[in-house]
Amino acid sequence: MSIDLSQFYEVFIDESFEGLEAMESELLNLEPGDVDSEIINTIFRAAHSIKGGSGTFGFMAIADFTHVLETLLDQIRNGERELESLHVDLLLKSVDCLRSMLNAIQNDEPQESEEAEELRKQFQAILDGKSHDETASDDGESSAGAEAENTNGGDVITIWDIKFAPEPHLFRTGNEPLFLFEDLQALGEITVTANFEKLPELTDLSAEDSYLSWNITLDSKATADNIKEVFEWVEDDAEIVIKKVAQIEDFDFGFDETEQTSTETAEDTTESQTEAPAAPETSASNVQPIKTEKPKAPSPAPAKSKPAEKSTTKSDSTSIRVGTDKIDSLINMVGELVITQAMLNELGEADEFDASKLTALREGLAQLSHNTRDLQESVMRIRMLPISFVFSRFPRLVRDISQKLDKQVELKLLGEQTELDKTVMEKISDPMVHLVRNSLDHGLESPDERIANGKGETGTVTLNAYHQGGNIIIEIIDDGRGLNTAKIKQKAIENGLIEADEELTDDEINELIFRPGFSTADAVSDLSGRGVGMDVVKRNINALNGTVEVSSVPGQGSTFTIRLPLTLAILDGQLVTVGQNVYIVPLVSIVESLQIDISKVNSVGGGLDVLRLRDEYIPIMRLYEMFGHEDAGKKLEDGLLVVVESDNEKVGLLVDDLLAQQQFVIKSLEANYKKVDGISGATILGDGSVSLIVDISGLIKLAGLKKAGRQGLDFSKPVSEAV
Amino acid sequence: MKKILAVDDSASMRQMVSFTLKKAGFDVTEAKDGQEALDIAKSSQFDVVISDVNMPVMDGITLVKNLRGLPQFKFTPILMLTTESGTDKKTEGKAAGATGWIVKPFNPEQLLAVIKKVIR
Repeated sequence: MSIDLSQFYEVFIDESFEGLEAMESELLNLEPGDVDSEIINTIFRAAHSIKGGSGTFGFMAIADFTHVLETLLDQIRNGERELESLHVDLLLKSVDCLRSMLNAIQNDEPQESEEAEELRKQFQAILDGKSHDETASDDGESSAGAEAENTNGGDVITIWDIKFAPEPHLFRTGNEPLFLFEDLQALGEITVTANFEKLPELTDLSAEDSYLSWNITLDSKATADNIKEVFEWVEDDAEIVIKKVAQIEDFDFGFDETEQTSTETAEDTTESQTEAPAAPETSASNVQPIKTEKPKAPSPAPAKSKPAEKSTTKSDSTSIRVGTDKIDSLINMVGELVITQAMLNELGEADEFDASKLTALREGLAQLSHNTRDLQESVMRIRMLPISFVFSRFPRLVRDISQKLDKQVELKLLGEQTELDKTVMEKISDPMVHLVRNSLDHGLESPDERIANGKGETGTVTLNAYHQGGNIIIEIIDDGRGLNTAKIKQKAIENGLIEADEELTDDEINELIFRPGFSTADAVSDLSGRGVGMDVVKRNINALNGTVEVSSVPGQGSTFTIRLPLTLAILDGQLVTVGQNVYIVPLVSIVESLQIDISKVNSVGGGLDVLRLRDEYIPIMRLYEMFGHEDAGKKLEDGLLVVVESDNEKVGLLVDDLLAQQQFVIKSLEANYKKVDGISGATILGDGSVSLIVDISGLIKLAGLKKAGRQGLDFSKPVSEAV
Repeated sequence: MKKILAVDDSASMRQMVSFTLKKAGFDVTEAKDGQEALDIAKSSQFDVVISDVNMPVMDGITLVKNLRGLPQFKFTPILMLTTESGTDKKTEGKAAGATGWIVKPFNPEQLLAVIKKVIR
């Protein structure tokens, strides 16, 4: 039977990556000297599984590499060796190294690397340094076994006399003497004689015990090792004596060696070395050793060629692991959908359709829309993964960087179970790494500086994730020195981003770090310079329809807030009409919709009207004007105001009417047409027409540029401050 | 059809063992650790159990001890999946009541050869 092992590669690689992740996070939990055995066990198990799998699936470079770290871990686990911080460092490096080896498998590249070899040597050096007994004895045993194997047997038929006297408990180990005899039979001709001496009276006989023993004569070309192999599993549960009675050369029935060989016994079958001295005398030089199947020491040559054969298995598609509960609920829903469909079918196939069936039809349709929505949510849920997938890489990152910077840092992770679309997750990782690096490098002070400022020696970086409306918020908070607004402003002036006399609030100054071309170069270290690449961070986040903001208190720290949509594909929206046109406003942005009380509208100049709504002033944006439709002079009191919020700013959108609320599949306008300011995408409505989706934050910016300008109203401020 | 219980925390190894045995005509039930295997075993019967040694929740050695305590597993062949570094595990497994072992790494042919040592 041939089985293509490559079908298991993907699962193996997936689980190995998971194992490495577990290893890494547990390693970071380890304190040298104070060893938690459960942690060590988990790390050991991960290494052990990778080794077992890689060996089985033919990735020998990985198997060989994991072997040394497994041995080290085993010694630590058994208390034969103290855990040192050097070990942790090496093990962490090995995790990285194994990751790249696994990546190499995925990319059909050779897994051997200098880095791996270098690390392997370092491990070997540690292992050789102390308590070498285990590895040494391992090697000794296998080489001795191989020697014995090579020296005995061949084309020579030997007559063996075997005594097999099992202990009474043999059956309770699950072994069956008959099978052993059959295995011996496979080696040659056998004659079995049973001894009944120990068989008790029937009344004393326990059905579960074994009382018999056997004498077996075997004529075979097999070696003593071959025979021992048959009895391998029962050697501790039985008395086994293997004697060579006579040897017969093929086609030459000489018995001349009988005498000397008959004296050789192998009472203790565990020691193959005892067999070795007999070898030179008994075997002729032309003897060909029978190659036994010895999985114990696989030859590296055939194994290494295996990865090359698996070229067909590589696929570009990424896989996703989904809990079976999610799949089950999906199947449930499809079941319901089928029922609904059957019900509607019945209505449709009826010969006559009258008013009495209308209710049933409506019910069916309501059911259908319910089912569709559930199904859609379930499908979306499959793509959702907890953000811990991203967070999990940070403990390591923080450890490495803080070591390099000589800072003491505590990393706090909050909201790790918050779920996020897989695509969004993959793309947010790099910007987050950049922000965390920045916080460590520039945000947090050195221990001395912290103490001088009356803070604790250890700085804190917190990653926090939570849901807010249809968004996920990720915060990166440090308790460091905060942004230096004076320096940022000075730099921005030098780089020509702002005018020297421009009046800016602190928040506005802080936002400058996200502008292209901004860099506080004199604060740059080899890790990162605050400002370098921040525009890239912002651009990457914007590309996900997300935003990033910074707030900072000098001396107390900074908070970077990333706001992302949960998914990129579906939007809950409100249909609004503007003249003959239908637009979609994202439901998450809508605060409220109201009729305008004209007495509360003030004109503040520059053509901008504001509505006093409770204790806030809401600037009014006429969508007619914004999107260049006619009837721009329409009166405020004739329309409806949809109050929306984005980036902490509230504005009112003047529209003619509100239509339905529903879900829309977002189609990219940019991909199909071109980018339009104030529009985030398009969708196809039920009647087949195309409708545009309003981009609220883009619209506010558009309006800000057009009307308010930099000196305009700060919409985000409460009335008391703004007026 | 002979029934085999295959226990391993590694999904790839479990799938490989299970696939190989199914293809050879066995009825295979999978379990991802000793505890899950024991829970399954309590209410059923198998012709052979193949179990990994190093597993979370309940390891293979503990599983063997527990299985031997169940009347229907008193004489059932139980095979351990060990690695070459685990020589003492072999002894430990045997002491717990295991029938024999398969040394990792192994290929499907070797697995079937070992299975043939305990059921025919």
